[in-house]
Amino acid sequence: MTAELTIGFLPLVDACLPILAQEHGFAESEGLSLSFIKDLSWATVLDRLLYGHSDAAHMVAPLAIAATLGKGRPAQPLSAPFVLGLNGNAITLSPELARSVASPGSIGDPAEVGAALREIVQERFASSGKRLTFGVVHRYSSHNYMLRYWLAACGIRPDEDVDIATVPPPYCAEALQRGDVDGICVGEPWNSVAVEQGAGEIVLSTAQIWRRGVEKVLAMREPVMEEKRESVMRLIRALCRAAAHFVDPVNWELNSAILARPQYLDGSAELIRRAISDQLLLAQGGDLVHFPDFMFQYREAANFPWVSQAQWLYSQMVRWDGSVYDPQEALRAGRVFRPDIYRAALSGTKEPLPGASSKVEGSLDVPTVVGTQQGRMTLEPNRFFDGLEFDPQDIEGYLAKLS
Amino acid sequence: MRIAIVDESAARASIIQEGLAALDDCELFVVTERRGLLARMAQIDPDIVLMDLGNPSRDVLEEYFAVSRALARPIAMFVDESDDDAIIASVEAGVSSYVVDGLAPGRIRPILDLAITRFNAFSRLQRDLAEAKGKLVERETIDKAKRILMQSKGLPEPKAYAELRRAAMNQGKRIIEVAEAIVTANELLGAA
Repeated sequence: MTAELTIGFLPLVDACLPILAQEHGFAESEGLSLSFIKDLSWATVLDRLLYGHSDAAHMVAPLAIAATLGKGRPAQPLSAPFVLGLNGNAITLSPELARSVASPGSIGDPAEVGAALREIVQERFASSGKRLTFGVVHRYSSHNYMLRYWLAACGIRPDEDVDIATVPPPYCAEALQRGDVDGICVGEPWNSVAVEQGAGEIVLSTAQIWRRGVEKVLAMREPVMEEKRESVMRLIRALCRAAAHFVDPVNWELNSAILARPQYLDGSAELIRRAISDQLLLAQGGDLVHFPDFMFQYREAANFPWVSQAQWLYSQMVRWDGSVYDPQEALRAGRVFRPDIYRAALSGTKEPLPGASSKVEGSLDVPTVVGTQQGRMTLEPNRFFDGLEFDPQDIEGYLAKLS
Repeated sequence: MRIAIVDESAARASIIQEGLAALDDCELFVVTERRGLLARMAQIDPDIVLMDLGNPSRDVLEEYFAVSRALARPIAMFVDESDDDAIIASVEAGVSSYVVDGLAPGRIRPILDLAITRFNAFSRLQRDLAEAKGKLVERETIDKAKRILMQSKGLPEPKAYAELRRAAMNQGKRIIEVAEAIVTANELLGAA
């Protein structure tokens, strides 16, 4: 008997895994049939999940934590048993601003671009009293936290020196074009759309800010996950197979064409293919530039929901909401990520399973073999660009270092 | 009470507005432009915002409400945490609403109920319209198929239609399906 699951998503390249799991029959071979609901804003994706229009959703990881902790609305416990991918976002500035902080068409160094931006922020404030405005896709998004992390580490205070506004992904290019924002941090293909339209130039990828930054998760209501546990485990296996398919260069052409279809991203297969292959056109008339690990969908058990990643997001929530660190909340935030379900689903398959559920984030400079419960695993360098490490055992100490 | 209706569909916005106009003691403001939304919100200073669940500006608005908490005007999503039925009914109808905290639930419920009714009425209208459009397209395809038969087989119109109907009955298909097949085949053969 085929079990049916409905999955909510926004039109972004990193909605790829559930879509490909269905399109390539990985879901079917697990006895699942997936259907999809496309929306344009994360608020709608979340509502549909909370009120049962969807069983699971493609979701910015911090939003799943915020919903669980009751930030901005009544608390509803969500669970994330699978990470849909790491990174995959970029920072795109208006062409004029981009050219004054980075050399056109080449990958900048985050610290250098940040230092140049800081000067412009200060000059502009001194001469006209105006602040630059940056767009992010949601208050509770990795985009917001990554952008703020970078700005703050470069000496630009996100809440005092610049304005940060919310712009839904499909409207980012338009917002840049109209001058509503001077820069955006958004997922693909929306940076590339801005470049195509001449509205912006890409200066950094978020992978340069944190080489292994947690991005979208598969989110479910906790009671629904418990109730449909068997289907969820099948879904995880199907998603894992889709992930292996997604990263194989042989399939890039086909997968871009599928994702470009009207019912999914309804966009350009060419732009999607660039993101999938970690190649971006930074500015009109330039060459494609290779961003190492721009998207990170499979290798090194990228889909494993590390509790420490959820807790890093919580640390940033405390930092930027201006709330007080609460160890109980930190615990609840960590529990949104469910490595136990991931392990149960993939136990006995060829997928490597880490021995630990938490790690010190940003601590590796060289490839490091880690202990596993199953298979073999080597973690590659995973630094934050400023070299700080996040130890989930000492979130308060980490926060003290940041502020 | 000040009610803002945010909808990019001017037609739906006016249907909702018309429904709510019956309420006493309510001032209605309709916003159909995505641009400058937050500035309009600040001007209107609404007690309730009603909008389409799928409106792309919802995150923008939620962010604005969260920030305006500093102005001691916290805004809560939907009616009341405990009023699950009302929430489910409104999500089903595709209405999302933002309500200023401190507004008595008794005052919110009738507004939301009306909004739900109007949203549903609008979707019914849209369904009817889509159906009518579909029928029109079917009519055109059947006419096209008839003309093809009249030309290629030299049949008079009633015969051409009878031919279509006979083929449909023999194959256990609808007339429109047979007509579509004829039109497609004709296009493929380059005779169109």
